[in-house]
Amino acid sequence: MAIKKFMFVNRKAPYGSVYALESLEVVLISAAFDQDVSLAFLDDGVYQITKNQDTTGIGQKNFSAAYKALGDYEINKLYVEKESLEERGLTIADLMPLMWEDEDDDYQEKSSIYLVNRAEMADIMATQEVVISF
Amino acid sequence: MSLPLGAFWMKYTLMINEGPYQRQSSDTALHFARAVLAKGHEVIRVFFYHDGVNNGTRLSVPPRDDRQIQQAWSDLAKAHSLDLVICIAAAQRRGITDAKEAKRQGLDTDNLLEGFRISGLGQLIEGSVEADRTLVFGG
Repeated sequence: MAIKKFMFVNRKAPYGSVYALESLEVVLISAAFDQDVSLAFLDDGVYQITKNQDTTGIGQKNFSAAYKALGDYEINKLYVEKESLEERGLTIADLMPLMWEDEDDDYQEKSSIYLVNRAEMADIMATQEVVISF
Repeated sequence: MSLPLGAFWMKYTLMINEGPYQRQSSDTALHFARAVLAKGHEVIRVFFYHDGVNNGTRLSVPPRDDRQIQQAWSDLAKAHSLDLVICIAAAQRRGITDAKEAKRQGLDTDNLLEGFRISGLGQLIEGSVEADRTLVFGG
């Protein structure tokens, strides 16, 4: 199968609807098909990768740990929109550290998170071949 | 239907993420599919995800003066040999099942409408790789 540049755009909070959870399922399958995968987090989607998520009060599974496994699937381009963080009073320090190991650089741990502004996000989207939004 | 000389045609994969009736997404996707097919383009796959899997039930009984969205997909598939794929993981959560899966899960009935088939998310990725354009409806 050919390889295409896929971007999955995450716009919704992790809980309150099923979009974030079922988006992750698509992302993991796309990695299994060896595609060139990027993720975008904007609007309430930035809450998907915030630290210290606790779902005990809502009776749902806390699936936030799954984002930490993305690096192991070579999904290491996570673009987070700066304005979306700011509008919600968040900074990059509120996000989980999401890392990947660079096997071409002595397995150094590197961050998968790229903070980009709205205009940069638009440019990155424009370079994709398949954009699927959730 | 043939295209005028010099025109180009495209292969489309459509992703439907909302169920019928609650939102307009499935209607819009139907209109889009009919329009591109009428122009001579190809729809290589329609993939139903999230609540979109509810477009594949054969147990829907809308009022007679309303449109029949599920049946419209089924009819369009029959007329154009469309590949309508329901995501199995999303379908299992929402109670959409074919005869084979119903038997495997010990359920007393199945409800998949003719023209649809149940398969995995790989079908969405494959369809998006093969298509010139992937369009997402709803969400």
